[in-house]
Amino acid sequence: MPETTEILNALVLMTNFVFVPALAYGSQLALGALGVTLVFGILRFANFAHGDLMAFGATITILITWALQAAGVSLGPLPTALLAMVPAIVVTAIVAIGIDKAVFGFYRKRKAAPVVLVIASVGVMFMLSAIVRFIMGTEERRFSDGTRFVVRALDFKKWSGLDEGLAIQTTQVITVVVTLIVVAALFWFLNRTRTGKAMRAFSDNEDLALLSGINPDRIVMVTWVIAAALATIAGSLYGLDKSFSPFTYLQLLLPIFASAIVGGIGHPVGAVVGGYVVAFSEVMLTYAYKRFATYLLPEDLAPSHLMQLLSTDYKFAVSFIILVVVLLIRPTGIFRGKVL
Amino acid sequence: MSQTGAENGAKQAGATPPPAPAAIVRKPDSPWRAPVAFAAMGAALVLVGMYQSWAVALAILNMGLVSAIMAMGLNLQWGYAGLFNAGVMAFTALGGLAAVVVSHPPVMDALSAGGRGLVLSAVIVIGLIATIAFVGTQLRGRLRSFIVFVLVIGGYAVLRPIFGEAVTAIESVDPARTGFIGGLGLPIMFSWIVGGVFAAAVAWLIGKVALGLRSDYLAIATLGISEIVIAVLKNEDWLARGVKNVTGLERPVPYEIDLQQTPWFIDAVTRFNATALDAAADAVAREAMLRQMLIDASSAFVKLAYAGLFTVVLLILLALCVRALNSPWGRMMRAIRDNEEAAAAMGKDITARHLQIFVLGSAIIGIAGAMMTTLDGQFTPGTYNPLRFTFLIWVMVIVGGSGNNLGAVLGGFLIWFVWVEAEPAGRWIVEVVSANMDPDTALYKHLQDIAAPFRLFVMGLVLLIVLRFSPRGLLPEKVRHS
Amino acid sequence: MYLSGESMTGGYGGADILRDCSVGVEKGEIAVIVGPNGAGKSTAMKAMLGMLKLRLGRVTLGGKDITALTPQARVAEGIAFVPQTHNVFATMSVEENLEMGAYLRRDDIAGTMEQVFTLFPILKEKRRQAAGELSGGQRQQVAVGRALMTQPSVLMLDEPTAGVSPIVMDELFDRILEVRNTGLAILMVEQNARQALNIADRGYVLVGGENWRTGTGHELLANPEVRKSFLGG
Repeated sequence: MPETTEILNALVLMTNFVFVPALAYGSQLALGALGVTLVFGILRFANFAHGDLMAFGATITILITWALQAAGVSLGPLPTALLAMVPAIVVTAIVAIGIDKAVFGFYRKRKAAPVVLVIASVGVMFMLSAIVRFIMGTEERRFSDGTRFVVRALDFKKWSGLDEGLAIQTTQVITVVVTLIVVAALFWFLNRTRTGKAMRAFSDNEDLALLSGINPDRIVMVTWVIAAALATIAGSLYGLDKSFSPFTYLQLLLPIFASAIVGGIGHPVGAVVGGYVVAFSEVMLTYAYKRFATYLLPEDLAPSHLMQLLSTDYKFAVSFIILVVVLLIRPTGIFRGKVL
Repeated sequence: MSQTGAENGAKQAGATPPPAPAAIVRKPDSPWRAPVAFAAMGAALVLVGMYQSWAVALAILNMGLVSAIMAMGLNLQWGYAGLFNAGVMAFTALGGLAAVVVSHPPVMDALSAGGRGLVLSAVIVIGLIATIAFVGTQLRGRLRSFIVFVLVIGGYAVLRPIFGEAVTAIESVDPARTGFIGGLGLPIMFSWIVGGVFAAAVAWLIGKVALGLRSDYLAIATLGISEIVIAVLKNEDWLARGVKNVTGLERPVPYEIDLQQTPWFIDAVTRFNATALDAAADAVAREAMLRQMLIDASSAFVKLAYAGLFTVVLLILLALCVRALNSPWGRMMRAIRDNEEAAAAMGKDITARHLQIFVLGSAIIGIAGAMMTTLDGQFTPGTYNPLRFTFLIWVMVIVGGSGNNLGAVLGGFLIWFVWVEAEPAGRWIVEVVSANMDPDTALYKHLQDIAAPFRLFVMGLVLLIVLRFSPRGLLPEKVRHS
Repeated sequence: MYLSGESMTGGYGGADILRDCSVGVEKGEIAVIVGPNGAGKSTAMKAMLGMLKLRLGRVTLGGKDITALTPQARVAEGIAFVPQTHNVFATMSVEENLEMGAYLRRDDIAGTMEQVFTLFPILKEKRRQAAGELSGGQRQQVAVGRALMTQPSVLMLDEPTAGVSPIVMDELFDRILEVRNTGLAILMVEQNARQALNIADRGYVLVGGENWRTGTGHELLANPEVRKSFLGG
């Protein structure tokens, strides 16, 4: 039997390298997937531009953060970007509604096939990604300020007397807390308010919603406002947590779609659960368990290789394999969303 | 018309309208449309040659030919069958891999170090798949799932050390120069066929999994698979050196440096430029002039040689595609695309037909991918990204005219032309805007970075404008009356 | 008549499906449209609701010409419609379905909801359950309940008993009678012609998009021509 400290060390190790990062990443995916799933539920197409909408929202957040920093505004230990997100959401929402009026609305009025809207979203994706690069250039940017860590590895070691340190970054805590608040607010909105219920009704049965007097234009507008808010928050949090570079957001599109589909597309709870399922699978399958096993196993059984199931370069494969398994076994996803 | 029929019609109009490329009766398009469009395209290239440089014009022509083939492959899938393949990039890269595998000489040291391990690994994988397939036919239910699960885990445990050891051995053989197994050392033009085969094989696998699903899922699934294929190519260094790239691939055409020393070539260049050379002041000036002419001419000759080869491939594939489209098979494909339910009711096996066309289209893209790597002379997995290698091809097909092979070809040329020329255009705009600005300001410096993403902007704009105002593309699908 | 479609002529772009067809209903009455397959029954109802553009003829509600109004505007004018299929929000609870029915109302809807619950007691019991999980008959009740939430003056039902068992059908007709007794005008398209005409104050037999026979429900049931042609003797 391994000693208690060894077990504790192993647990801290897992918390530090698997649980905390996966929780933060899962939150970002959940927010992204919520946006995709709402647009799918209401507007009935897979929006390929959502990743770049996230990048756009993050870009505006960064611009406002810089302006605030220049004006000497600060949130103390919290990153200024948290404050900057609020006006950024407004800007992104206006842009999203503008895009809908200029592009998607046209096809919706003509009742074009969903796949035409998907192609249109590819066009929007190109243009948004260009605009983001116009504003930000192509290099990587960090824009987090305030206190870097909530828990420092050294402090934790001193406090606990363990060999393993636990480091929790401010951005990770903020990501999780903001996600909790946003998801709670969104669910309150969808389940308790008249407009939220009307959105669900519209997603459920468009014709009947129209017969009930629900105004489709208003629903579509509200949907874009929420999608833009979610995209801005998700994009900014991801940028805060990792760093901002324009091309990463296109790569995020795949795990985000996977999250939405795994949870059941069009189903908000599913999107959140899907986000965490994908994130935890990615992190757990690409984590090297050598040290973890060394703590728990007797010395003569200690593994010689990394005990890594998949190289980190194959994270995409994880989202994809989950996607395929779900599609084959249960195409409606965990929470019985729509079948695309 | 019976009432029920009309009601059904109305229901369809309200809920799910027929797909975009449905045959809409309108006045036939002018037969001159395609020739005029291609002539304009040629004129644009000539203008680039005259005012920018002939090297750029020929480079655009060559990649335009490759792009046209890619667009034709995607058009087969989307235009004929309505399949949303968002994984074009993967098939292009697989074609590139074929170029390496076929043309690079084998690395004997690496093979003797790890070849046995690789073969053993392959045997294990094949054995495992065969066993699982056997179990799949013999058992049912939970027991089957359990045994498959155990087999996969067990197989992985056995495979991992053998494969890992082989890979380590291979990758440590002269890592700066090789560190991979190399290829077969055959002429690179074979790889154009092999690239098609590679792409077809992977497309078959993908199709088996994803084609039963609806189009949006297929798009997301293929997007995912393309990322995986690229991840594999980037990280499996033993296969094709990963991000370390394979450079200096063998060419199907002569090298410029050899040409410059070949008597018949020097002779031809001298005779062609006789008047200019005679006007030279003295022998030294004449020699210098001839040298420059030889360099220019050899580069143009090589590019033209590629253009010739590519044109032959394009014409063969185009002829095949046009024939296929007009054959009963093509008619059936369009029937399926326009009304899947009716086709299914008539006893057509839609999934099988879709698989067929998905594999064929992907094979064509694979051929183009191998050609592209041949043209580049190097295989660089790190440069594949979905915007350039998947969605750009989509723009080509939509702009050109989905369902029309000539349209796809035109789209390939036109969009590649715009893609290349958008950057200088962007730079020109930036210059005009920042002409009177102080070069030390941050804004001026920032503006200089804008030129590159300008092409993304133009692409998006072109796609949206065509989709909106000319949704059938520049050369629309011919309306057929059946 | 309170709601009336007069000399309606039109179709879905192609040939006319309705030809000079007139249908109407008074408050506190049930009017039933019956006829063989392809007679234009549903089309006539859709024309009254504004889902079909009329070439000729007009639709009036309480004396007001509503021919030019969209379906949504007609709903706001007091016409409620229960489609034949997909007539509930399957993922939403029974209570939310009713709330959505009252979406256009800004006043307190608790009273109306109580009335619906009195009419369909089972719905009160299942108010928190998703409508999609209910049985076919219960779902029809949700659908009718949702339509009643707008406090309409006219209720239109497109084959409300399609696909439900005979027992459930009888119960549904009983409920519809109760709804009529509250003073609504009810216009109904029915396949089960015999049972429907039995409760109908007014019956329209359409053939080929034209009025063929018109009368009270019992007159039509007693009419030998009607019996012979499509009530099966």
